[in-house]
Amino acid sequence: MRLGASVIALSALMLSAVACASDDDGDTPAAGGNASGGASGQIKEGLSVAFLPKQVNNPYFTVSDNGGKAAVEEFKGEYKEVGPSEASASSQVSYINTLTQQGSDVIAISANDPNAICGAVNQARQGGAKVVTFDSDTNKDCRDLFINQATAQGIAENQVKLISDQIGAAGKIAILSATANATNQNAWIELMKTELKKPEYSKIELVTVAYGNDEDQKSFQETQGLLSSYPDLKGIISPTTVGVAAAARYLSGSQYKGKVALTGLGTPNQMRDFVKDGTVKNFALWSPADLGYLAAYAGAALASGMITGKEGEKFTAGKLGEYTIGAESVVVLGPPTVFDAGNIDQFNF
Amino acid sequence: MLRRLGTWDVLVIAVLAIVVIVSSATVEGFASSRFWGFLLLDVIPIALIALPMTLIIITGEIDLSVASVLGLSSAVMGQLWMSGVPLALILPIILVLGVVLGAVNGLFVTGFGLPSLAVTIGTLALYRGLSYVVLGDKAVADFPFSWTGNMIEALPGTTIPWVALVVLALAIAFGVVLHATPIGRALFAMGNNDQAATFSGISVAKTKFWLFVLTGAVAALAGFFWTMRYASARADNGGGLELSVVAAVLLGGVSIFGGRGTLVGVMAGVLLLITLRNALQLADVPADTLTVVTGALLIISVVGPNAASMIRARLRRRRPAVSPAAGG
Repeated sequence: MRLGASVIALSALMLSAVACASDDDGDTPAAGGNASGGASGQIKEGLSVAFLPKQVNNPYFTVSDNGGKAAVEEFKGEYKEVGPSEASASSQVSYINTLTQQGSDVIAISANDPNAICGAVNQARQGGAKVVTFDSDTNKDCRDLFINQATAQGIAENQVKLISDQIGAAGKIAILSATANATNQNAWIELMKTELKKPEYSKIELVTVAYGNDEDQKSFQETQGLLSSYPDLKGIISPTTVGVAAAARYLSGSQYKGKVALTGLGTPNQMRDFVKDGTVKNFALWSPADLGYLAAYAGAALASGMITGKEGEKFTAGKLGEYTIGAESVVVLGPPTVFDAGNIDQFNF
Repeated sequence: MLRRLGTWDVLVIAVLAIVVIVSSATVEGFASSRFWGFLLLDVIPIALIALPMTLIIITGEIDLSVASVLGLSSAVMGQLWMSGVPLALILPIILVLGVVLGAVNGLFVTGFGLPSLAVTIGTLALYRGLSYVVLGDKAVADFPFSWTGNMIEALPGTTIPWVALVVLALAIAFGVVLHATPIGRALFAMGNNDQAATFSGISVAKTKFWLFVLTGAVAALAGFFWTMRYASARADNGGGLELSVVAAVLLGGVSIFGGRGTLVGVMAGVLLLITLRNALQLADVPADTLTVVTGALLIISVVGPNAASMIRARLRRRRPAVSPAAGG
């Protein structure tokens, strides 16, 4: 009977797989084995560095991972990028497992979920890998370092400075945010309010905060609403990529173009046209390429034993210079990059 | 009849064996205990849902809402846990939820006589939408390690997760029911011809209704495992998993038109799908290529058996002297 034969064949196959599985239980991980030793204080050559973005083929992560690739080439390591095609919470786990089996020295990961990957990351670390998170962190217990793209304080200072410079440090401004309960946005807005209390900004008045819900159309309408409610509005800060692009589109087609200043957090590709047609003078965002570059150097410094991830330790990240590890093993990339007509064509993301 | 059933699953097992042998020889890290431990953890939710899915597809129906049931269970788990309900109580609540969600599918299909494809595409969207209503884009992750760690615990001295044994036991139970009981024969009869089955005294509607209920409950159970394994309750958990399950079932030789298939074949199909995927991943094949491979396998598994029987039929016509049995 074929069915019976199939059952037997399948069981035999499973048994052999399991048998071969228990053979090499004491298998030692290959981590570090393929890296030729350098003097302490130097990055080892031949480190295998893997980038695991939230999803592959996402323009933002393509840029950040290429930044990482550039760094890995500088310190003569082996770079690779792997990752799921959809950014779901659990899809990264099997990729981490794979990297663990391959004995990666450094895993740089942007977590889709702070917890779902913890178990897998811990196994990778037990296998000898150093794990650096960038852009989106995991629980601080399951990684060696987190490369933070920007601090809330840094963003608030930057945004207020940009708008103040554009409106001559005097006049009414408004903020166009995402949703009313977006944690990041609200933290930034609170810090911007504190920032505005400084004497140099005493002539600037924040009249309102509008919410575009990170929807293009709603943000567009909210911008329109702001300008009709406050005809003497001098400037708008929109610290969200959706909001700032929608506001720019409204302004560029209205009588306020060039008269009402707009800045915010946006991507060069979304904002290029509006910078070139004079609607927007400048805006900011961290450089994803630098973020990946720094993550690669931080991981390599960990894997080479130059740092352990403790607060106060210092390491050098190639062209970006020296960084100091902060509280909870976080490294901050630095102030956001400001994009204007002069430099925007150097960026493509 | 039985002879023809056997052909495809022997082929799938043979392909699985070839994949295992070739990968062991060529892919570094494939023949390690760790690989198989990880692999089995990936297999568990798919294998689990594939069990009732096999029965449903054999009766000529389909349930595409399974991954959304998994997601909704996960979201409800998260919400209950946040409100202080202990996990030991959450598990039965989740199972009841699965029963209810499955019953809704069953009611629409059997009560109103609607096609299961349309109904479950509807509930696929509906249940996933409800998951977001329940939990939003939050992730609940503070489950106790005594549960989350236990769920991926391996049997002593091995890397085989104990849950895999539970799935194996369930698979054997499903296999016995399908292939060695009157209920199983009735399922095949329905898949071959609903009306004939009705006339021969089988309560088609009632049986199908309970199959949908069973599928809902098992998908909810898979949701519990998923949430514990990843220690994260989220509304988007298991998104797209229904396609992996259906792919594995069809790859295992179950006919999409119903009436044909074996549970052994399905289990081999699940293992083949996941083994191939993990082996390619280990060989650094990019995610997009993996999707292409999965898609191609699905096409082959649907076209393969049909093409094979067409060729057999043609050969038979051309050479009538050969006994039909030789075609098997």
